[in-house]
Amino acid sequence: MGIKILNPGLLTSIQDLGRVGYQKFGISPSGALDQTALKTANLLVNNSMGEAALEMTLMGAVIEFTASNVIAVTGGNFSPTLNDSPIPLYTAIAVKAGDTLALGVAKTGCRSYIAFSGGLDVPVVMGSKSTNLKCKLGGYQGRQLRMYDEIPFAAPVETLPGLSQRIVPYYKREEKVNTLSVVLGLQTEYFTAKGMETFFGEEYTVTNRSDRMGCNLDGPVIEYQSKADIISDGIPFGGIQIPNGGKPIIMLSDRQTTGGYAKIATVISADIPLFVQRKMGDKIRFKEVSIEQAQEIYTEEASKLEELQKKLLHLK
Amino acid sequence: MPDIKYLIAGDSSISVEFGNEISEEINGKVLALNDILLTNHVKGVTETVPTYRSLLVYYDPCVIGYNKLVGKLKRLTCRLNTASAASKRIIEIPVCYGGTFGEDLNDVAEYTHLSNDEVIQRHCSHDYLIYMLGFLPGFVYLGGMDSKLNTPRLNTPRAKIPAGAVAIGGEQTGIYPMPSPGGWRLIGTTPVKPYDPDRKEPILYRAGDHIRFKPITEEAFYEIQALVEKDEYQCAIIERDT
Repeated sequence: MGIKILNPGLLTSIQDLGRVGYQKFGISPSGALDQTALKTANLLVNNSMGEAALEMTLMGAVIEFTASNVIAVTGGNFSPTLNDSPIPLYTAIAVKAGDTLALGVAKTGCRSYIAFSGGLDVPVVMGSKSTNLKCKLGGYQGRQLRMYDEIPFAAPVETLPGLSQRIVPYYKREEKVNTLSVVLGLQTEYFTAKGMETFFGEEYTVTNRSDRMGCNLDGPVIEYQSKADIISDGIPFGGIQIPNGGKPIIMLSDRQTTGGYAKIATVISADIPLFVQRKMGDKIRFKEVSIEQAQEIYTEEASKLEELQKKLLHLK
Repeated sequence: MPDIKYLIAGDSSISVEFGNEISEEINGKVLALNDILLTNHVKGVTETVPTYRSLLVYYDPCVIGYNKLVGKLKRLTCRLNTASAASKRIIEIPVCYGGTFGEDLNDVAEYTHLSNDEVIQRHCSHDYLIYMLGFLPGFVYLGGMDSKLNTPRLNTPRAKIPAGAVAIGGEQTGIYPMPSPGGWRLIGTTPVKPYDPDRKEPILYRAGDHIRFKPITEEAFYEIQALVEKDEYQCAIIERDT
């Protein structure tokens, strides 16, 4: 027994940190877009950081619990309520069989996550519980959730040690920040000096052509030397392709594993969570950081989460 | 090794680029480095993606930083032995050509001024190197199609090409591993599943293998298909002389 979907929202799927090791066969990694929100939600309910949770997009789900457990909601603010009373984000909450959790429209952000203590009992496919929507793989029957789907808990709990202290002081994830740090490459030399100036100097807008594969941006055309086509190579998470139209596409979890457009830069891992919480119409800018700076930020972020993990593990 | 580039691909991957052209020689180096990384476990490396002329190496910067990993990769590329790394596997793929199994075979024959049988014969006459997989699970980028078979893509792509379709698109040939929209010309269908998520090894082949197409009759197609459904069919794997 676990959860029953009363209303699936716009796009709700099961995601963990993704499928590792299958990109060489053409299988997208998938996984949560906002990995910091996923990891934090899991830590709050005593899971390992990479346990599978629900990822919701723009409009949240309504869920009935058919068993008791401890949950946490993180990511964007979708105004969650439990039995019609508002509940806080980034806080562990005990729920009982028969309770209803309802998330609404995104007030801030774009993606929200619900983690369940002990995780969800769905099969591990190629090392991951993540849903790969295009390949109909993993998660719950390889698809987004629908009304009346029932997903059992793997190892639910009644409560957790120090439940009332399981709060991450609402993670001011710089919601107003709209500048993403990037490192240059893989094909920066495909662009003219003017093109680079445009990329770093102008503002870009998130369009409605955005999904788990990638996000198309609108804004001034980025000039390249002669063409945007390259001999297909691998595409990293956060890679910024500039196809022939000259407008950036930021590649995300369900991206194709390889592609033939020049990549001007890659968003640093720490800023991908900020970006995937932007919605249509939001404006962003890019700023360059060195690989050394990027990796320093990466390890800082990782140690913040490790500290949180330690703190929560020591609660009595 | 000279002319190798270690390109930054964000804060957690490096692309090792061996050149800027599609050739068996360059691809051989990519696959050789991939082999070395698979057999010599490098701490922090989480995943590798070989492509035509570069290897994307994913890693965890908390375990190994960019500069250290580049140093490590440089030392490993010194030991590249492309000959030993070359896969000796030829995977034989049975294909029923033409008719309802390959609706565009007549068009390809007409465009190339060959008979249907000549198209089939040329398509089966030699082995194709799998340079890389990408685009879809198990979608192979093959080298070395007989240039006489080059046929432009359809002007209007089909909304749905069935799994197992064997097709020609421009200078390339390939197999659709799962239903997909596409503009390639369909010349045949294989009853085997290049991609089956429920199989122990979901993908039939890997980069570096070769594919040999073998023409089969309609009866053989259905026989093999029945075996495939019971997971009792094994593609012939031939050792290649190198």
